[in-house]
Amino acid sequence: MNHDAYDDNYIRSILNNVKSIAMVGASPVNVRPSYFAFKYLAQRGYDMIPVNPGHVGKSLLGKPFVASLRDIGRPVDMIDIFRSSSHIMPVVEEALTLSPPPKVIWMQLGARDDAAAAKAEAAGLKVVMNRCPKIEYGRLSSEISWMGVNSRTLSSKRAPIPTQGMRLSLNRMSVGGGATAASDRAAKNKSEPT
Amino acid sequence: MTDRLPGFSTLAVHAGAQPDPTTGARVTPIYQTTSFVFNDADHAASLFGLQAFGNIYTRIGNPTTAVLEERMAALEGGTAALAVASGHAAQVVVLQQLLMPGDEFIAARKLYGGSINQFTHAFKSFGWNVAWADPDDIGSFERAVTPRTKAIFIESIANPAGSITDIEAIAEVARKAGVPLIVDNTLATPYLIRPIDHGADIVVHSLTKFLGGHGNSLGGIIVDAGTFDWSKDNKYPMLNEPRPEYHGIRIQETFGNFAFAIACRVLGLRDLGPALSPFNAFMILTGIETLPLRMQKHCENAKAVAEFLAGHSAVASVNYAGLASDKYNRLARKYAPKGAGAVFTFSLRGGYDAGVSLVSNLKLFSHLANVGDTRSLVIHPASTTHSQLDDEAKVRSGAGPDVVRLSIGIEDKEDLIADLEQALVV
Ligand SMILES: Cc1ncc(COP(=O)(O)O)c(C=O)c1O
Repeated sequence: MNHDAYDDNYIRSILNNVKSIAMVGASPVNVRPSYFAFKYLAQRGYDMIPVNPGHVGKSLLGKPFVASLRDIGRPVDMIDIFRSSSHIMPVVEEALTLSPPPKVIWMQLGARDDAAAAKAEAAGLKVVMNRCPKIEYGRLSSEISWMGVNSRTLSSKRAPIPTQGMRLSLNRMSVGGGATAASDRAAKNKSEPT
Repeated sequence: MTDRLPGFSTLAVHAGAQPDPTTGARVTPIYQTTSFVFNDADHAASLFGLQAFGNIYTRIGNPTTAVLEERMAALEGGTAALAVASGHAAQVVVLQQLLMPGDEFIAARKLYGGSINQFTHAFKSFGWNVAWADPDDIGSFERAVTPRTKAIFIESIANPAGSITDIEAIAEVARKAGVPLIVDNTLATPYLIRPIDHGADIVVHSLTKFLGGHGNSLGGIIVDAGTFDWSKDNKYPMLNEPRPEYHGIRIQETFGNFAFAIACRVLGLRDLGPALSPFNAFMILTGIETLPLRMQKHCENAKAVAEFLAGHSAVASVNYAGLASDKYNRLARKYAPKGAGAVFTFSLRGGYDAGVSLVSNLKLFSHLANVGDTRSLVIHPASTTHSQLDDEAKVRSGAGPDVVRLSIGIEDKEDLIADLEQALVV
């Protein structure tokens, strides 16, 4: 897996197939990116579980916080990790002890741990790093283009008007295989200091 | 599903647009409305807090304009774009995100005269100081870098003389200085040059010119390449520090590789206010659908007219980078292999008076202060667009007293040559 530039079909199949997402590091503070992403994914019909030991006893948009992945107490399809790169490995190690294990490990925009990714992939999990699922969902559905963002997809089909809880079609024609060439190149140069 | 890459012309027609969800209208509707109804109080709060995608008020965003923005981001190979009321507004909004009072930016000397004025006078009153450099001498950019330098600004094809800038060489200076390179790509359009492919971090346009293409609408756009790391050295507080007006959001952290475009929208356009009219967005979008066809014809005609002028006895010199003998031909072949654009200058042996009489004798060319129209245009920059510059600055920016600027349209080239021929012999 090339973790510098993901093929749209890879991201698409993950977002189309997972139903439940545990968000590690979810924040109840409504100006944190994790809060936005949590809320958006819940609106798009995902079964969201907030994981944050600092907020046990509270809930996020009606979903009670759990302290750790083990406390979820039911199978979960994807772990979305809202922690900085240096805190990823223990979360992945914990995820791999779950039975059944999750199908996908997703590390948030700005977070990347290649060793943790390799470990998860060796156990058969799919991994996405340094991306935001809200942005990717908004991009592939083209909902994000309301903000002038390049969705890198095209469609000649009439789309329905999104409503609360509605899953949107992500099956638009991709323009660049998922890569925004210049931007992905810059990110790669940044991750490989010269 | 196959992931083949659609070509430029397909993107020019389709990118950003899809049938209207409400009516099925195939052409992008003109959403001529100031504001948009919220579903409920929570929806309103999440839109204002930048938490949800959606429309609030046309000064911040509009669905017609959003199609134009995505299309331009796709054509330039950027991550996102923001449309504004004019090319000049795009320049203000971009620099507002990058400079604090007392900061500096470096600009190429060869620029549209209006930009030279804007940078020299208007921006001075904001405390943004411009340092000029010569695009023909890359070392002059290196020498202009100081600890307060926050950006470098160039034109890909420079107005008025149509000279070609060595974007890659200047991008390297910007990279070493740790500042973004801003390229005004108005005269080239992404059909001829895509500055992001050559190292630009931000592309701006006056959409008023070839992109709209029909001389009917003003507009400007900012394209974010998604290449610049705004968090480095905390040089760019607008992008990197918690924003009090949005409850402490950090723009780069929240929006990743399109953070700059979002900053321009929610800190620039929202507060400075130069919003594009949805009607103009519609006109410009329609223009962009035929951009590839028009640019081919503009360039073909320009080359034919330049060759004609170069062989005419009344003409002292022609500056058109598409001519093999031109000083910029090597750069044109590298950066603009499909054509060197359609704006260029020439000078007349008869000097200032011959220029004035040529302009008045022309019957098909229109004498006006614009470029990039379907119609062919002519102007005498020294007495108009560049008149506020002193004589030395006029010559340096390619607008000396004997210089006439043409913007070649998409008429039949034989008719354009005939018009020039009759006007030159009188
Ligand atoms: C190269 C260039 N940049 C910027 C502008 C300014 O654009 P506007 O007139 O849309 O503000 C112009 C206008 O002539 C131009 O030619």
